Amino acid sequence: MESNIKMRTENLDFFYRNFQALHHISIEFVQNRVTALIGPSGCGKSTYLRCLNRMNDLIPGITVKGKALLDNQDIYDPSIDVVTLRRRVGMVFQKPNPFPKSIFENIAYGLKVNGVKDKAKITQIVEKSLKQAAIWDEVKYRINESALGLSGGQQQRLCIARALAVDPEVLLMDEPASALDPIATQKIEELIGKLSSKLTIIIVTHNMQQAARVSDRTAFFYMGKLVEINDTDTLFTKPGLKQTEDYITGRFG
Amino acid sequence: MIKKRLFMQKMCFSFLRMAVLINGAALAVILYFILSRGWRAISWEFLTQAPRDSMTAGGILPCIVGTISLCLITTFVALPIGVASAIYLNEYATQGKLVRIIRLGINNLAGVPSIVFGLFGLAFFCIVLKMGVSVAAGGLTLGIMTLPVIIGASEEALKSVPNTYREASLAMGATKWQTIRRVILPVAFPGIITGSILGLSRAAGETAPIMYTGAVFFTPDLPTSIFDEVMALPYHIYVLATAGTNIEATRHLQYGTALVLIVLVLGMNLFAIILRSKMRKKLRI
Repeated sequence: MESNIKMRTENLDFFYRNFQALHHISIEFVQNRVTALIGPSGCGKSTYLRCLNRMNDLIPGITVKGKALLDNQDIYDPSIDVVTLRRRVGMVFQKPNPFPKSIFENIAYGLKVNGVKDKAKITQIVEKSLKQAAIWDEVKYRINESALGLSGGQQQRLCIARALAVDPEVLLMDEPASALDPIATQKIEELIGKLSSKLTIIIVTHNMQQAARVSDRTAFFYMGKLVEINDTDTLFTKPGLKQTEDYITGRFG
Repeated sequence: MIKKRLFMQKMCFSFLRMAVLINGAALAVILYFILSRGWRAISWEFLTQAPRDSMTAGGILPCIVGTISLCLITTFVALPIGVASAIYLNEYATQGKLVRIIRLGINNLAGVPSIVFGLFGLAFFCIVLKMGVSVAAGGLTLGIMTLPVIIGASEEALKSVPNTYREASLAMGATKWQTIRRVILPVAFPGIITGSILGLSRAAGETAPIMYTGAVFFTPDLPTSIFDEVMALPYHIYVLATAGTNIEATRHLQYGTALVLIVLVLGMNLFAIILRSKMRKKLRI
């Protein structure tokens, strides 16, 4: 069992200056499984997600205590190269954010910054990534056109393809479908299901149906604390705590 | 009640419209004034020859060449340093007290009168650094004067790049420098370049900073090195209009020179605008 844990945190605390945003969060993320983080706005789920690839490092005045481990290696250890960490732990954001470059260049970007120079290899990986993200058929004839000409849903799948291109082991998704229409959302959800065979996925969502549809395990956050975590089916059908039940039945939040 | 509100709205709009009209009218009057009096002076000879007969005849080629070479030095000095400073301040430096003080300093530098820059240039570049009155000293002085404008324009351009681009790039394992070089700069570049060209065109028309440091009353020779002194368009106008040998007789030359200067400056601005729209189209922003 232990060897199946791709990533985990132990008593993770997070502070913005004097404000403690996360309290002793301990979660284990099983390899090739989808874990959903749910909870009301401001509960700390996005902050927690951004601790896992150290995106929070960009904010001045933060402190992280406790441990976050990727393959049993503490990612906050001073010897860790944060650039390598972020290549291994990819991220897809709430709003689609393709670069103002061509579709091809968007995907090739991650390869180029990571030192891939072989053009044939780049072309091959670009195609593979776009296929993995189920957008290849829609863009193959316009691969050199600007990515900003795509629809919102296509842009988000492009961003997923872009994240996949550098071959991450873990994919963090921060409300990836919240800015999209239902059809685009459905495509993203189908994609998450497919990708989980190769990757460990951690997805933040405020949409509980979505969490129920896409995830294997669900963690419920409230006020910076982890209230409950369990298999998704169990958490939604037999929540262990009253607070969880109130939230998933829509009584608050 | 509704009538009163509509009336108020109409009044305010008319006022705003008038402000714009006055603005446009000022430019039109200046252009008309200089064009109508200066165009007769413009000829092939005027643009390609040195002044003759104690500057009452001949052309202004040394002034055109002088102003362009001053401008080039200014660009080489101010553009890289200004853009680099802006990148450092906006992307690297920890936003704190020190950066605030540096910004305050830069803003104050922008408020220093140009004659003070001229005197500083004379004291520092010409005398202390022993450059003498030269294109180099004049260009450096103009460069320092233009720096805050370029830093300001570049910082604005960098700030307008959405943070989501930075996040997306870093999240893929790009370093901060790769992010700046490959994502942020290309997006900010049109803004940086236009802001900078506007600043440089302003510098091209300055008289005070160069009158002690780079420009001279009269020299028929074109500069052959950056340590030569030059004539310059704005200073030439000043000289002809206040200290020439025959002020009245050279009126048309003064207007002609002013016209050339304005065309040069407007040309730079036009170039900046075209360049920006071309680059924006390429980025599809």
